Amino acid sequence: MNSIYAKRRRRNNMFLGLSAVATIVGILWLAMILVTLFYEGVSGINIAVFTETTPPPGLDGGLINAIVGSLIMTALAVLAGTPIGILVGTYLAEYGRYTRLAFVVRFVNDILLSAPSIVLGLFIYELVVVSMGHFSAWAGAAALAIIVIPVVVRTTENILVLIPNTLREAATALGAPRSHVIRQVTWRAARAGMITGVLLAVARISGETAPLLFTSLNNQFWSTDLNAPMASLPVAIFQMALSPYEDWQRLAWVGALLITMAVLFLSIIARVLGASTPSERG
Amino acid sequence: MADIASSEELPAAFDLARIRRSHRADHIFHALTRACSVFVLLLFAGILLSLILGALPAIEAFGFAFLWTEAWDPVREVFGAAAPIYGTLVTSLIAIIIAVPIGIGIAIFLTELCPRVLRRSVGIVIELLAGIPSIIYGIWGLFVLAPILQQIIQPGFIEFFEGVPFFESLFTGPPYGIGMFTAGLILAIMVLPFVTAITRDVFETVPSVLKEAAYGMGSTTWEVIWSIILPYSRSGVVGGVMLGLGRALGETMAVTFVVGNAHRISTSLFAPGTTISASIANEFTEAIGDLYVAALIELGLILFLVTFLVLAAAQYMLYRLEARAGGRS
Repeated sequence: MNSIYAKRRRRNNMFLGLSAVATIVGILWLAMILVTLFYEGVSGINIAVFTETTPPPGLDGGLINAIVGSLIMTALAVLAGTPIGILVGTYLAEYGRYTRLAFVVRFVNDILLSAPSIVLGLFIYELVVVSMGHFSAWAGAAALAIIVIPVVVRTTENILVLIPNTLREAATALGAPRSHVIRQVTWRAARAGMITGVLLAVARISGETAPLLFTSLNNQFWSTDLNAPMASLPVAIFQMALSPYEDWQRLAWVGALLITMAVLFLSIIARVLGASTPSERG
Repeated sequence: MADIASSEELPAAFDLARIRRSHRADHIFHALTRACSVFVLLLFAGILLSLILGALPAIEAFGFAFLWTEAWDPVREVFGAAAPIYGTLVTSLIAIIIAVPIGIGIAIFLTELCPRVLRRSVGIVIELLAGIPSIIYGIWGLFVLAPILQQIIQPGFIEFFEGVPFFESLFTGPPYGIGMFTAGLILAIMVLPFVTAITRDVFETVPSVLKEAAYGMGSTTWEVIWSIILPYSRSGVVGGVMLGLGRALGETMAVTFVVGNAHRISTSLFAPGTTISASIANEFTEAIGDLYVAALIELGLILFLVTFLVLAAAQYMLYRLEARAGGRS
């Protein structure tokens, strides 16, 4: 008998030990990436990064055109994608919660959520770049907007479903029409959660590279013309990291650090906001 | 009779025009949300359609042979997808083999062993890491991981497996540092937070009553995990793994940096190869000629279809678990 207990205990200790080791390995591995990123990135940061445009190889320069390009395209994508995403999420949670259309849309939306972003780039290339005849910031923003929509749909639906039905019933009993109930009561109660969704979408697209490669392309110079190719941080990093020039590689690390900081910052804010939503009781 | 005033003084709620107006607003809003939902479906159909149309020249030129032709020669305009498909599958497989055991291990640690204080913070760290853009992983792989592999790990593997049948052919050739093995490793790191987060969520759906019953009968923690938690959450874990696989298959930037970009099938994992997404990312803007572009778009189409199947299966698995958890609680 004793040997069975000993064996079971040994087995228990072994596997629990292994899972602790897995945790340490996983966390160390990921920590290593962040440490290198900060080490390489911080040493390259200076004023020029935020004041000068991307340099030709061998000269000093910064990333300002790429930073501004990223901001412009991200803003456009969020402006276009958010309203659509919120309306779809509203349909899924309010009007069509149990309809067949909602079921299909939910499924397709979840597929789009994880679809390879490079394929979305190809789609916009075919749709926008080919018909316009040239690469443009519009095309880049459109590709990013396609990524924003599924993220916002998912978070909006998830948060709206949590809003207690008693709120809707109370408003309806007062005679408010359905659309009024949704916009004035449900949306308002879910506001923090919906903002969280938008922030997560911004975090998601601010690092997206693949869909921009052949939609907005890249631009060595300062440009705010939406009909022309536009630089963006991720594409600039891609180009500079793969170059043989050391100055460019250093700038690539700085860019990578900037993106990571932005993404972490956004995710943390989104998390704080999401935690303060009172709808958990629903 | 004074309190029944003339009809003009009725409360606003009985104002027929107003009711009609809000009815119309209701209809418009309903139709709007529905139109946007249909738009999502159209988007999906549009993506599929545009890829098929764009790939048409290549489909006509090569037919199904495209799938198993290894040649990729832009000069003679002969294209085949075998090498990128092989590379995509091999790198994703390496990633899953490495990331899944570690991810499940971390999930077990977080749900069953970890002190409560640590549980929240470690969980948050992992979720934050899941949001880091893939290009960061790529640049780290290129500048940090590849040199380490080239100088230390790959020579060690090659020496260790020399003379061992089968494994010898997997780990052979000059240690370049970049190649399919490196790409698989980077993908593993990238997928790890995903797999961990989903597995942890799934483990948490296991009712405590079940676990407590097993503990009450004298089970060890491992026995509870192995015979209660894992069987209960099996379909969810498989779904989580498939979601990770879907990510790995379609991942572009992390792979493009380190895979080597050679349209070649080699048995050695250390040899440079390419994946579907890396081929598109590297060659699309430089592709000259309709056939070249069409061949790359057909690669995209293949990738879209494969990830669709994997993701659909993942949805189905997760949905099944959700339905069960919902039915029992």
